Amino acid sequence: MKVGIPEPLRGYTRALEVEARGASVHELLDDLERQYPGIRFRMVDEQDRLRPHVRIFVDRRRVSDLSTPLDGSEDVQVLQALSGG
Amino acid sequence: MSDLPASPPPAPPAAPPPDAHYLDPGRHHPVHPRPGLTLLVGTRKGAWFLRADRAREQWSLDGPVFLGNVVHHAVLDPRDGQTLLLAARAGHLGPTVFRSQDGGHGFVEAARPPAFPKAREGERARSVDQVFWLTPGHPSEPESWYAGTSPEGLFKSDDGGDHWESVEGWNAHPSYWDWTEDPDEQGTPDGSPLHSVRIDPRDKSHMYLATSGGGVFESTDQGKGWAPLNEGVEANFLPDPYPETGQDTHCLDLHPLAPDVLYQQNHCGIYRLERPARRWTRIGDNMPKDVGDIGFPIGLHPRDPATAWVFPMDGTDVWPRTSPGGRPAVYRTRDGGKSWERGDRGLPPEQAWLTVKRQCMAVDAKDPVGVYFATTNGEVWGSRDEGESWRCLARHLPHVYSIEAVEFPE
Repeated sequence: MKVGIPEPLRGYTRALEVEARGASVHELLDDLERQYPGIRFRMVDEQDRLRPHVRIFVDRRRVSDLSTPLDGSEDVQVLQALSGG
Repeated sequence: MSDLPASPPPAPPAAPPPDAHYLDPGRHHPVHPRPGLTLLVGTRKGAWFLRADRAREQWSLDGPVFLGNVVHHAVLDPRDGQTLLLAARAGHLGPTVFRSQDGGHGFVEAARPPAFPKAREGERARSVDQVFWLTPGHPSEPESWYAGTSPEGLFKSDDGGDHWESVEGWNAHPSYWDWTEDPDEQGTPDGSPLHSVRIDPRDKSHMYLATSGGGVFESTDQGKGWAPLNEGVEANFLPDPYPETGQDTHCLDLHPLAPDVLYQQNHCGIYRLERPARRWTRIGDNMPKDVGDIGFPIGLHPRDPATAWVFPMDGTDVWPRTSPGGRPAVYRTRDGGKSWERGDRGLPPEQAWLTVKRQCMAVDAKDPVGVYFATTNGEVWGSRDEGESWRCLARHLPHVYSIEAVEFPE
């Protein structure tokens, strides 16, 4: 499935949209890590918690549970918020 | 030295090396490694290289690298003169370590950045928020490095900073939660850091570290076990002002040629300890009373264990943490803290409310020694006469978090 990548993570993927697979959001992130080493830890901490400024949307619905299932037809967008100056 | 840095020489963009992990050069500017004295400047918005000529007269800025990323600490490995690590936070995307093996020309990200082990059932979960401090390991272990984080974690790499492991002797110590601040209640901006990891050059097993919520700790078995070392150090913000732990050490250092001599700049003054004694002496009591002995950094002379420099800040009332009276000065002792001399020639005489953070003082190894400090308003100041007189070497940088004086080899 297609995964939208935010600009701050483009250094890993060299593209703002990439292909990845997985039967859940968790597996999808693992596949991104396999293809682009280091990218998962920028989104998810060592306790498997999404970092505070990272948002994942599946078919435009925000997902915070990484075990959310996927069937491969979804549109997944990773977004990164900004705060401070 | 000039009042303003010379312009860096123009150079063509660097081509990325054929490495899948190489960081997009769009994320940083090419730098131009060259032999000689350089100040590595870590800031809230990237890192810079401030390079000196042989006379330390002309200084030029090179960089930035990782513009927009927090760089708490930039450290060159003195064992090879080429490996350079940055303790960084990638914008809002969490902590990491960037590595260069060619003096800063190209960088890759650590394959496994410092991270706490996954919490087991019933355990409190900790996540590294900031990689704050870097220390190259003992010369007998040429690939080893230590990192300190907030919350107060200690990590070690045995492959030049590529893979980091939790030092469980500290991170899982039975007293960890008594010795550290609660991660959910930390009052220190960016969290309470573990810092000042110091290794006895005579013995790789003998180490010290410091925290802002616990004080100084010592290990004699390379980090497997730890014990507090805070006797005589005040913690005037606690019910017992001289507790076993809970002190707020801002910066700790040991003398490289006399490793039994320790100095610390604490929230509650300046202290010195000569081992094997365990009781610190408050040498800041010998500072002028109208200046006080509050500050963040302390710098040691590379050859003389009796000489040190501090940058006093206002610790009265609500703690402005700016130069007392708006008149900045560096104070130097040449007798182990029995007396202090004010060095302010060249610094603004008034209305200069400077703040200098704990990693923002550095000394070089030349003769006479060069002393440097950097400020939260983006200035770097230097003295090439051991603190007698000062000149501004760079200004208009972001909020400076750290400087290190390093020597790139020929």
